[in-house]
Amino acid sequence: MKKGHEHKNPKKYGMVIDLDKCTGCGACMVACMAENNVPFKKDESNKLDSITWLRVYKLTNNKPYPDTEICYLPRPCMHCEGSHGHSPCVSVCPATATDYSTETGIVSQIYTRCFGCRYCMAACPYHARYFNWWDPVWPTGMEQMLSPNVSPRMRGVVEKCSFCYHRYQLAMEKAYFEEREDLEEDEYQTACTEACPAGAIVFGDLNNKGHAVYKLKSDPRAFRLLERLGTNPKVYYLSSREWVRRQGDNYLEHEETGKARQKVHH
Amino acid sequence: MDSALIPNGVKRCSFWQFYLFIGAVGVVLLWGVLAMLLIWLKGLNQTNMNDAYGFALWIWADLAVIALGGGAFFTGFLKYIVGKDELKNIINYAVLIGFICYSSALLILAIDIGQPLRGWFIFWHANVHSMLTEVAFCLSCYFAVLTIEYIPLILENRQLDKVPFFHNLSHNMHEVMAVFAATGAFLSFFHQGSLGGVAGVLFGRPFAYREAFFIWPTTFFLFTWSAAACGPCFTIMLTRLIEKVTGKKLVKQNVIDLLAKIAGWMLLTYIIAKTIDTLYWANVTVPELGQTLAEFYSDNALYKMYFLFLEIGLFGFVPALILVTKKGRNNGFLLISAVILAVLGASLNRWVMVLQVMAVPVLPFESWNLYFPSWQEVATTILPVAYGVILVALSYRYLPVFPQEKALNPIDG
Repeated sequence: MKKGHEHKNPKKYGMVIDLDKCTGCGACMVACMAENNVPFKKDESNKLDSITWLRVYKLTNNKPYPDTEICYLPRPCMHCEGSHGHSPCVSVCPATATDYSTETGIVSQIYTRCFGCRYCMAACPYHARYFNWWDPVWPTGMEQMLSPNVSPRMRGVVEKCSFCYHRYQLAMEKAYFEEREDLEEDEYQTACTEACPAGAIVFGDLNNKGHAVYKLKSDPRAFRLLERLGTNPKVYYLSSREWVRRQGDNYLEHEETGKARQKVHH
Repeated sequence: MDSALIPNGVKRCSFWQFYLFIGAVGVVLLWGVLAMLLIWLKGLNQTNMNDAYGFALWIWADLAVIALGGGAFFTGFLKYIVGKDELKNIINYAVLIGFICYSSALLILAIDIGQPLRGWFIFWHANVHSMLTEVAFCLSCYFAVLTIEYIPLILENRQLDKVPFFHNLSHNMHEVMAVFAATGAFLSFFHQGSLGGVAGVLFGRPFAYREAFFIWPTTFFLFTWSAAACGPCFTIMLTRLIEKVTGKKLVKQNVIDLLAKIAGWMLLTYIIAKTIDTLYWANVTVPELGQTLAEFYSDNALYKMYFLFLEIGLFGFVPALILVTKKGRNNGFLLISAVILAVLGASLNRWVMVLQVMAVPVLPFESWNLYFPSWQEVATTILPVAYGVILVALSYRYLPVFPQEKALNPIDG
């Protein structure tokens, strides 16, 4: 949302997830947890109070056997752009603890500024934001295994997927040292992208014609979640199955999948 | 024992009877304080809120008490700005109720946030785009105004009034009260509206989202309107309650009648506007987002279509039509029924705009989220009620809250 500093080549980092390839193995979730020091409890059976920045949903076509089909859908933060950075969560945070970067298109979360009002969680239709109901408790010795690049969060603040922003910072530091302003595609990749054994997750700059995501986002199979709300998410999904694409948004009975008009908020 | 503190010319119950009552309510208060301390010390894990239900019982209570506390600003507006002088006989009580409601709202917010020690960040790092920022600023300022409005009443206590400084201060504050009433009305218009905006701007939640009128979502105006309509109804309801408890007539019927009539017309116009807004939202906004009205009221155990009919019909049009007719206002039973229904209407509206918003699924592959509060949540929600009862009781006993009490209840000899 910040104005004032214009960037020469503004990037718009985003993701394309091929649901035809996703096997639902959960490697992306595990990689994300480890990479970002995501806290966990002894009992993680209640998914409504445990933290999973990247959650894999199991979708079904609701048909009886033998026509039953399932699809796994990994859901990170959508890093919504909304209209000119007016994403659902950024615009509501009363303490500017979450921000839309015009440099990268990444929606940040400033843990030390968040005071835990949870308005952003109410605003996010994807349930991508999580509250720290407890202080993190790591199993003995695990503190030594935490990533030094990501600060652990305390009780009472909201957290979410950052597109592994610390990796972007590290890559940019190296680039500056080498007197470059731009990154190569493989220099900045998220942990989940690297962990996916099926290669279902592709990450890159949606504005950069040289990056794979640039082409993939225009694939005829491509869709985004809840597009018509006007959230303008930066995570695209690919599926050759119509019933999967239809579950990506709300449609009236007579409406054709993917043909609905997108709402624009000013 | 405390007779020197009791206003002249009025009768109060015995010291022991009074403090036995305060003690009983105090037990409930302590239960709430215990829950509050548990939450502050152990965190929000003491509640049954979760990641799908980030806003829950407290936020509803917060919005409801602010709406019902709206009687203070609207009665003040009518008395000092519009010039309805008869309302001077109920304004003290309206201010007292407003003070209780707003101090409770601030307390609830302090309990509700995950990092209470960082509460000041909302002012320091204010995001001017956020409705909650506007709420925080206006709410705090208006609470200050209510405190200023309440202080002269405290200074009118028999013993304090003997001190020349307090006597003069109280007198001078009364003289300039119109300025504060105007400030209060201005601030209230914005924070009541912003609270409506909190839900209305959620464009990721079709159930809450309302199209913008100028730059504000329609809920901005509807919340202010309903607070101005139902706040005075709450004041009347509590006046009747205190009259029942004390066994005395405390406010003349013409005062109640005037306030009820104005509240009735506000309620009638509000509920017509609300109906139009609901029709537009259901027939234009929601289908544009790919959903139907029926989806918001089906496939779950609690939220059915009757919620809509209750809010608009039984708690909206019915009390409004009673209050706008002279016959309705003059009939004791109908009047009290109408104000209770109106209070329920405002409370149900706030419930729907907080709790149902969280419950309705948005992603097609998700299902409804229903939640039941923990005892700590219930206790901290009851805490302000107990605090309110105690403050009303103390104020009634020691302060001249009702100027007509003496005339209406002469003491023999």
